Amino acid sequence: MKHTLSILVNNHPGVMSHVSGLFTRRGYNIDSIAVGVTDNVDVSSMTIVLNGDDFIVGQVKNQLLKLPDVLKVQDMAYASSVQRELVLISFSITETNRSEALTICNGFDVKILEMTEDSLLIEFSGNSRQVTNVISVIKPFGIREISRTGQIAIAYRNQNSV
Amino acid sequence: MSSTTEAITGGRLMVELLEEAGVEIVFGYPGGAILPFYDELYHSKKIKHILVRHEQGAIHMAEGYARSTGKLGVCIATSGPGATNLITGLTDAKLDSIPILAITGQVSTDAIGTDAFQEADIFGITIPITKYNALIKKADDLSRHFEEAIKIAMGGRPGPVLLDFPKDVQLEKTSVRKASSLKIAPHHYERPKVKGDPQEFAEALNQAKRPLLYVGGGAINSFASAEIKALAEKANAPVTTTLMGLGAFPGTHPLSVGMLGMHGTAYANKAVLECDYILNLGARFDDRVAKYQDFAPNAVRAHVDIDAAEFNKRINVDYILHGDLKDAIREILPFVKGGDRTSWIENIQSLKKNHPLDFDNSGDSIKPQDFLQRVYAKTKGEAIVSTDVGQHQMWAAQYYLFDKPNTWLTSGGLGTMGYGLPAAIGAKFGNPDKTVICVTGDGSFQMCIQELATIAQSKLGVKILLFNNNFLGMVRQWQELFYEERFSESQWTYNPNFVKLAEAYGIPGMRIEHKSEIEKGVEFFLKDSGSALIEVMIPAEEKVFPMIPAGKSQQDLIEFKDLGKLKK
Repeated sequence: MKHTLSILVNNHPGVMSHVSGLFTRRGYNIDSIAVGVTDNVDVSSMTIVLNGDDFIVGQVKNQLLKLPDVLKVQDMAYASSVQRELVLISFSITETNRSEALTICNGFDVKILEMTEDSLLIEFSGNSRQVTNVISVIKPFGIREISRTGQIAIAYRNQNSV
Repeated sequence: MSSTTEAITGGRLMVELLEEAGVEIVFGYPGGAILPFYDELYHSKKIKHILVRHEQGAIHMAEGYARSTGKLGVCIATSGPGATNLITGLTDAKLDSIPILAITGQVSTDAIGTDAFQEADIFGITIPITKYNALIKKADDLSRHFEEAIKIAMGGRPGPVLLDFPKDVQLEKTSVRKASSLKIAPHHYERPKVKGDPQEFAEALNQAKRPLLYVGGGAINSFASAEIKALAEKANAPVTTTLMGLGAFPGTHPLSVGMLGMHGTAYANKAVLECDYILNLGARFDDRVAKYQDFAPNAVRAHVDIDAAEFNKRINVDYILHGDLKDAIREILPFVKGGDRTSWIENIQSLKKNHPLDFDNSGDSIKPQDFLQRVYAKTKGEAIVSTDVGQHQMWAAQYYLFDKPNTWLTSGGLGTMGYGLPAAIGAKFGNPDKTVICVTGDGSFQMCIQELATIAQSKLGVKILLFNNNFLGMVRQWQELFYEERFSESQWTYNPNFVKLAEAYGIPGMRIEHKSEIEKGVEFFLKDSGSALIEVMIPAEEKVFPMIPAGKSQQDLIEFKDLGKLKK
């Protein structure tokens, strides 16, 4: 089962190695990892998505909390947090399927960043399932290049709002 | 609190910080990238530096010093090969939770990352094997990193830390310095408040008919021996210790059932099977002790540990107390009731009687168990004993009874051959008035044998008890029992003359081969306060029993008397 961990860490060199090294050496696989600085320049936020049962995720949390540079670890329950991922896709189009492509883009709330005679560059953000969905719909056109950020997450303030 | 003082070099500041923290001795080896620091150390009147022959020796000495005194152990190395020679010791200290500060020289900051001469990314290399590490990029950061490092090494579950110190930063001037209250004295650091319900914890113990206390290395780190003794006596509960916990509860106490685990006593391992309540005090359900989830199958399980990550890591437990062991037991004690456990204690006594530690002492050859018993008698159990790794380590654990904490120095988690000799040296520096014995084997001894020179140079009184069977004994034992006697590369077809070798370093040596020489051998080796080496020739086929075969559990214990069955 997929878990999303939101981790606050000190923002200095080597912390990323400490965190990812912990996963490597204990044999846990990271599905995605996204890191950025918070409003406090001394603190970064990491969102790590991993696959594992409650025992494994509990172990990961315990071991993460032992790292001196880890300030907070939060296991994001899907229902009570907002989870987003950004994807950029460049894909081929032809004269005949251009309008079909544009219709799909409209339908999925996709932002068009560039259109040439034979290609479209688009941007889409949503939860991981939606991102995967968009990719699969675009795929038949012929994807030239794709870049996903990995998932980020934040908990709703009001846990009843869902 | 940073305060501004007169500007001094980073190297000078490091020396002053060490002095202020109370560091009296460091073990090290100079080299190009650490020379500015060594130049400042030259002027220190408070810090004694022990020059070793190999950096692995330096860190094991620091470990032996730390384990036997409870203080921080400090070691120094230069960049590159000097630093990488510390890797084994850092890993050892991580697995056995020993507070160590390693200071390594590093190439100048402008050369970092250029594959400069003697450059290694020791910061990156040691991430998984230190509790904390840092590359000091500016002399202004040194004080902050130092404080952080010491607090982390000594606080909570102790462990090794490493500060990588570039040469130009050692020369750079700084006036930034934290007003420091750092001390390397044992138990100086604030302990987290005990979390959990001590009353509920104690009541589970009160309800038990057949309780067993299972004491680990955490008891040594927490200085909790007195509390454990009080708890055992109040609850009338037998006590078994892990290899790391030896000495935390007196081995001669009537409630002691000795060591448990792979080579623990039969009665300790049988007590684990029969107990209805097992209380883990500062152990980690290590795989050499608790192989499977059905460890202590009939027991309610309870666990006290300072490291929350150890709870339910390998074995699920029913009750948890999180915190320092000494504090936790103090909180449990008032709720503990005596209870009549006569039949359980009688049961334990009969297990001890029917399944004793045993070996065949007929014939003319010297049995290591016999020799160790005599060393125990001669030293009245007062010695500090370090060991290397292998059969001799297990015999020492079984046949030398430890009554006091911090007197048993062995590489538990990592099983580091080469640990024993330098650890004994470190312990002797920390405890100059005590007899310090290194029990070693012909395999292990040769891994750090160059430190004989350190003994000679410091005129140190370290006693070396070398069991020689011209084999890697434990490897041979496994090959004999589980690999149909295919002794693949476990025999030494060449060993040096160890006695002459010791003598070459000015250390008196003696070899004995026959039982008739035992008395003379023990006498020679322990006669005065000077160093000595006794080489005891033992039969290659002598084995360590009892034994739980690798991958098996308590039910599968093999005793000495079962040997015939095993080899059928």
